[in-house]
Amino acid sequence: MPVALADPFLPQPYRVERRRRELAGTVTLELAPLAGACPAFAPGQFNMLYAFGVGEAAISLSGDPASRATFVHTVRHVGAVSGALAGLEPGATVGVRGPFGRGWPLAAAEGADVLVVAGGLGLAPLRPAIYAILARRERYGRVVILVGSRSPAEILYRRELERWRQRSDLEVRVTVDHADAGWRGHVGVVPALIPRADFDPQDTLALVCGPEVMMRFAANALLAAGIKAGRIHLSLERNMKCAIGLCGHCQFGPSFVCKDGPVMSLERIAEILAVPEI
Amino acid sequence: MEGIEEILGRHPFFAGFAAEHGRLVAGCARNQRFAAGEYLFREGDPADAFFLIRHGRVALELVEPGRPPVAFATLGEGEIVGASWLLPPYRWRFAARAVELTRAIGIDAACLRGKCEADHHLGYEMMKRFLPILVERLQATRLQILDVYGKR
Repeated sequence: MPVALADPFLPQPYRVERRRRELAGTVTLELAPLAGACPAFAPGQFNMLYAFGVGEAAISLSGDPASRATFVHTVRHVGAVSGALAGLEPGATVGVRGPFGRGWPLAAAEGADVLVVAGGLGLAPLRPAIYAILARRERYGRVVILVGSRSPAEILYRRELERWRQRSDLEVRVTVDHADAGWRGHVGVVPALIPRADFDPQDTLALVCGPEVMMRFAANALLAAGIKAGRIHLSLERNMKCAIGLCGHCQFGPSFVCKDGPVMSLERIAEILAVPEI
Repeated sequence: MEGIEEILGRHPFFAGFAAEHGRLVAGCARNQRFAAGEYLFREGDPADAFFLIRHGRVALELVEPGRPPVAFATLGEGEIVGASWLLPPYRWRFAARAVELTRAIGIDAACLRGKCEADHHLGYEMMKRFLPILVERLQATRLQILDVYGKR
């Protein structure tokens, strides 16, 4: 009996077209469906990637949403599943379910300034939003990209950041937590860049992604800068399993991160963001 | 030519500062210029000044024996370098190196401490300006210590 392709529980087979090493233990995979084109996705959404025989993990989409030829995922080896995914070579097959979740509210940013705050691998889920903004650059005001990393050697998408930095219509600032004398850029945590950036706090949409502690610090800095909580959006990471809001593994207070997120406004989650039991 | 009192008055650190206090601070201040690579001060030196950066960038560094210095913060235009002058034993706990050509106002610490002792209103105004900077740097240090970008 044929199974409907729309079954959200059924992984579709994709082939690894390209694999690029980004950092130690971190790779970017380009995945093409064995048949047809990739489904459309919104910046900020994620796929469930299935390493056959090992398991499934939620991985953010990190490529250009205008491209339907491949899905792009940046994966860091932190556990068995992500390690198996990061170890896939071109030609290997991987199961894909998705895209899932609510992405960045880019429509709400039109006409306003956009402030992107990324920490570490948090730049990966933000990159599709940056691509989408650049594709329609005239629709937005000032666009500021603030990136924090552990050290100069661990800056994700470094060449792309350099290209963006050359543009006159983007303000790109990169900081690292520590560096030796060879680094001529900024040293310090990424929230510290927020007061130095040029944006209108009354008319700015902030998109934040990174480790949750970093996001809490960044959210406080954004509030202190005058951006309202409803205009600050964070991408959360929880233990997602079904990805469609049925299993409850990713419950976050009254919400499911897989279905109601992963992108949520600070206004919605501020009360529970720092509650350790949640 | 702009006088040091006017320059101080436009620096963000002294926003809202009373004119008479500005004059007192200006009496302890002088323009300074540091070439790229030049040290403003080194760890262990007497903390006999602090600096308001006008242009340029300064790296705060710690040194481990046998290793190159590690920068844990950089400061730029409109920011303050140094708080060790506030507390005994008035010694720098880190080094500060100009990453690029840096122009700053250097404030003589002994001179200003004396004026703060003589005029507690001035001392209180200085503390009100330094405390938020120290708290902000403490918060940043907490985030750095957590090493949130490492594998967890």
